[in-house]
Amino acid sequence: MANLDHLITEAQADFAACQTTTALEDAKAKYLGKTGAITEALKGLGRLSTEERPAAGAAINVVKKQVEAALNARRDALLDAAQAAQLASESLDVTLPARAQGQGGLHPVSLTLRRIEQLFHSIGFDVATGPEIETDFYNFTALNIPENHPARAMHDTFYVDDAHVLRTHTSPVQVHYMENALKENKTPPFKIIAPGRVYRVDSDATHSPMFHQVEGLWVDQAISFANLKGVVQDFLQKYFERDDIKVRFRPSFFPFTEPSAEMDMSWNDGWLEIGGCGMVHPEVFRHVNVDSEQYQGFAFGLGVERLAMLRYGVNDLRHFFNNDLRFLSQFSK
Amino acid sequence: MQFSEYWLRQFVNPSLDADALGHALTMAGLEVEEQTFVAQPFNNVVVGEIISAEKHPDADRLQLCQVDVGEAEPLQIVCGAPNARVGLKAPCAKVGANLTDFKIKEAKVRGVKSFGMMCSAKELGLEEEADGLLEFPSDAVVGQDVREYLDLDDTLYTIKLTPNRADCLSILGIARDVMAITGAPIVLPQVTAANITTEQTHLVDVIEQEACPSYYGRVITGVNASASTPDWMIRAIERSGLRSISAIVDITNYVLLELGQPLHAFDLDKLNGKISVRFAKKGEQIKLLNDTEANLAEDDLVIADDSGPIALAGIMGGEPTSVNHQTTNIFLESAFFTPEVMAGKARRLGLSTDSSYRFERGVDYGNTKQAMERAAALILEICGGHAGSITEKVGRLPERKKVKLRYARIASVLGIQLSKDDVANILKQLGFSFDETEDGFVVQAPSYRFDIEREADLIEEVARLHGYDKIPAIAPVANVTMLPLPEAKRSLNWLKDSLLSKGYQEVITYSFVEESWERTLSDNQNPIMLKNPIASNLSVMRSSLWAGLLDVLTYNLNRKQERAMLFETGSTYHCNDNSYQETAKVAGLCYGTANPEQWSDAARDFDFYDMKAVVDTLTHQQATYKRDVHAALHPGQTARVYLNDIAIGWLGKLHPKYQQQYDLPKSTILFELNTELILQTKLASYTEVSKFLPVRRDIAIVVDETIEVQTIIDAVNAEKIPLLQKVQLFDIYQGKGIEEGKKSLAFLILMQDTNKTLIDSEAEAAIAKLLKLLENKFNAQLRN
Repeated sequence: MANLDHLITEAQADFAACQTTTALEDAKAKYLGKTGAITEALKGLGRLSTEERPAAGAAINVVKKQVEAALNARRDALLDAAQAAQLASESLDVTLPARAQGQGGLHPVSLTLRRIEQLFHSIGFDVATGPEIETDFYNFTALNIPENHPARAMHDTFYVDDAHVLRTHTSPVQVHYMENALKENKTPPFKIIAPGRVYRVDSDATHSPMFHQVEGLWVDQAISFANLKGVVQDFLQKYFERDDIKVRFRPSFFPFTEPSAEMDMSWNDGWLEIGGCGMVHPEVFRHVNVDSEQYQGFAFGLGVERLAMLRYGVNDLRHFFNNDLRFLSQFSK
Repeated sequence: MQFSEYWLRQFVNPSLDADALGHALTMAGLEVEEQTFVAQPFNNVVVGEIISAEKHPDADRLQLCQVDVGEAEPLQIVCGAPNARVGLKAPCAKVGANLTDFKIKEAKVRGVKSFGMMCSAKELGLEEEADGLLEFPSDAVVGQDVREYLDLDDTLYTIKLTPNRADCLSILGIARDVMAITGAPIVLPQVTAANITTEQTHLVDVIEQEACPSYYGRVITGVNASASTPDWMIRAIERSGLRSISAIVDITNYVLLELGQPLHAFDLDKLNGKISVRFAKKGEQIKLLNDTEANLAEDDLVIADDSGPIALAGIMGGEPTSVNHQTTNIFLESAFFTPEVMAGKARRLGLSTDSSYRFERGVDYGNTKQAMERAAALILEICGGHAGSITEKVGRLPERKKVKLRYARIASVLGIQLSKDDVANILKQLGFSFDETEDGFVVQAPSYRFDIEREADLIEEVARLHGYDKIPAIAPVANVTMLPLPEAKRSLNWLKDSLLSKGYQEVITYSFVEESWERTLSDNQNPIMLKNPIASNLSVMRSSLWAGLLDVLTYNLNRKQERAMLFETGSTYHCNDNSYQETAKVAGLCYGTANPEQWSDAARDFDFYDMKAVVDTLTHQQATYKRDVHAALHPGQTARVYLNDIAIGWLGKLHPKYQQQYDLPKSTILFELNTELILQTKLASYTEVSKFLPVRRDIAIVVDETIEVQTIIDAVNAEKIPLLQKVQLFDIYQGKGIEEGKKSLAFLILMQDTNKTLIDSEAEAAIAKLLKLLENKFNAQLRN
């Protein structure tokens, strides 16, 4: 029987020369196909004697295995190369911009309101709302501002008709809330904030005919003026994320609170006015049938635009209502 | 209220400088809004007298003056002022003086030495313009420092008084508060009753005693009404923001400012009969001092004589009886009109005077007579004359309530512990009278305090005098319970976040809009009008958010933006049967290309279906849409949006006519939904997921092009064909191969049996049923 070892080196050389899998399958036929050299050799075994056959068969099988191994190795190599080429061809410029709709965002007043609500919510304040077209009664009388009271002149009021105004402050919500609570037989503690739009007939660089306030109300058995200062100071420190902010109260006058105070906040070595506050006036409690001997509490009103201006460095109130997209988009970065 | 530090310090002089005094006032609740100097700093300027004046040898317009400045030798000064003359006393800046703009040095003027400068008011920074030397009266003391002579080292305070502090509408009142907060003693002006040197009086009849509990009248005869007001008085009233008019008017104004008591002087010779204090009669009129005519109402309190009303009580005098320079006999009035009767009256007549401002808020009824004496004394001193005795009409004056002040209540309301002595001291400083009781005090406020009616008023006073800034910030101690958290109700924040994640920018626009837009765009023929809008284009309340969004769009397009995706949430306002309703809404607008200009896809503009996807998201994919008509929208591209069969809003393309009116180059897509209705969802509840896989079949049918897809889907769903789970449109085709007027619709059909795997024959049977239905209902043909 002729030595077949040369087939191994021949096959290896043939396979290596193949650049595609098709060519490789053709080359395979020369050795392992129906008329291939190894197949033919195996067929020749029949012509050998029974004594010779085992050894010759074993020798062919060794050769066959080695040829098959060479074939598989080459096949794998070709597949790897093909895949690599495919991947290379699919590579992208990852720096191209995304296929996006554009960036949406919240209005800075909304951002501010959301933050205020979150902070007060974290100590258990619920959010209450009330109408913006308000009756004269809720906007003034129930807040201890009777008709012809000089304090009415302090509010530049928009009138809808003789009995209705655009609310000049969020304070009427206090009255609505306490009235409704009473109807549902709920007693204090009352602990709400009331954010919303308010209106004054005034328009210049520092006044807008419409702006936002947040009213706060906490009524319980022993909520004090010192607590009011504590809550407002805590709020401002958390809102501005600055522990050094201090609150200063100055005596003031609101018919619906007593004592009443203007709230100032320490800011850049000075004091900035940020709202009014005080202890709920007994007359307001009387209007909503809350016993002012048993309960007491505070109310405050914060200017939302003012807080937003300080927080984000906005220098002109009018930006908030012009709604210039170049302005608004700066708050969603 | 404006006043000068100098005047205040004549009453009370605490050892605080001007700034510290201003701060103390502010912290006591008399907020100093403005604090300015009366004069710019300058020094070394004294009263000089020109003792000789000769022509300058080398200049026509200059004079060579010898000026006595109270030193051993007069100064030689070259002066070009036209009014420089011998005997004139005027400010003289000596060598070394620092004026606002320059320093005075020894100088040579056209060859002649000059040792100083004679000054005008402008050169001292007292006036904007001047045309000569500032002339002093002949009694000015030569050599006296001009700052001292004119009281120029003075500060002007403007305080913003809250309506409760009527007692501080005078120098006296402010002085009392300064005394209370600083402890400095108060010095009151000495008033001695005038000697009665005429027997003449004038009859007074107070008919409305309740409105006018006290009235004092006095005749002064033989006054010189054209006497000049002394400089110190002019200075005082001018520094309080009033103008000097004539001696008698100046004196009444001076007493008004000093004591807070409005006074009025009538020309006695112009009175017809007795004075009566009464309400106006229907149809009565009065000609006022400001040359206007007022029509009076029956609740206007007037001072009248036989001819009719001659003054609006506490507001303004009448023109016919007013004093002028020819007046020789006057009738002087000092009265107390109650705040209740004065409230709102001046405003109703379109007037606001220093007098009405004070009476509305409350004038000290304990000082009415004293003010009369004060004014009379000043008139006699300045204008001469003879005073008659005072006609007094005093009825029931208000009484100050006795108010309980409980010690425990102070601690509880303020959150601080004050000792009983502290509180007693505070009450004493305030001039309140009080008795101690077991648990606190019973307090009575003086007649000048109109704001002490209940315990809370006293607690505020205690806090104020103790110092608001001394009240500590204390975190409250409270019982804590959690807040309710209704899960089926989504929050407005969720809604906003959904919109912004879709690329929408929130805007906030005014609640009032232009009336024409409300009438056309919102088709609201009954808009809620403001009686006093801030501008004509912001005169009605919006019933839709669209006008605001379109305004923002226009504003931004005018600033070279080409694309916008906007939304707003907020109330809309509606009037039904004379009651007002507010509905919370959310509205959106998109305009321009559906994507920002980019490299990948072909540019296309936003269309109806882009916005529909947004509405689907906000309604949890539950909304249904029906073709409808809306005034603002394109009639072929308008859908009414429904949720659970309730109409919740609109979706559509802006009507081309409004696109044109707003001058928009491209079309705009809008939606508006009722917020409350979309935020209410259902709590999730699990149903078993089938173990068996669904079977999908696709069908294409040809129907009339006018048939709406939703009608087909609704009909299929209504039929409840067994096994059929879902029918969904995935393609729509018109054109070659499809008859004119028809369209081909391709649906995917999902079928599923919840108990077993579906076999083909069952699926085929269901599809057959479906096709039968479509054929019967819509004349649909299966497309091959």
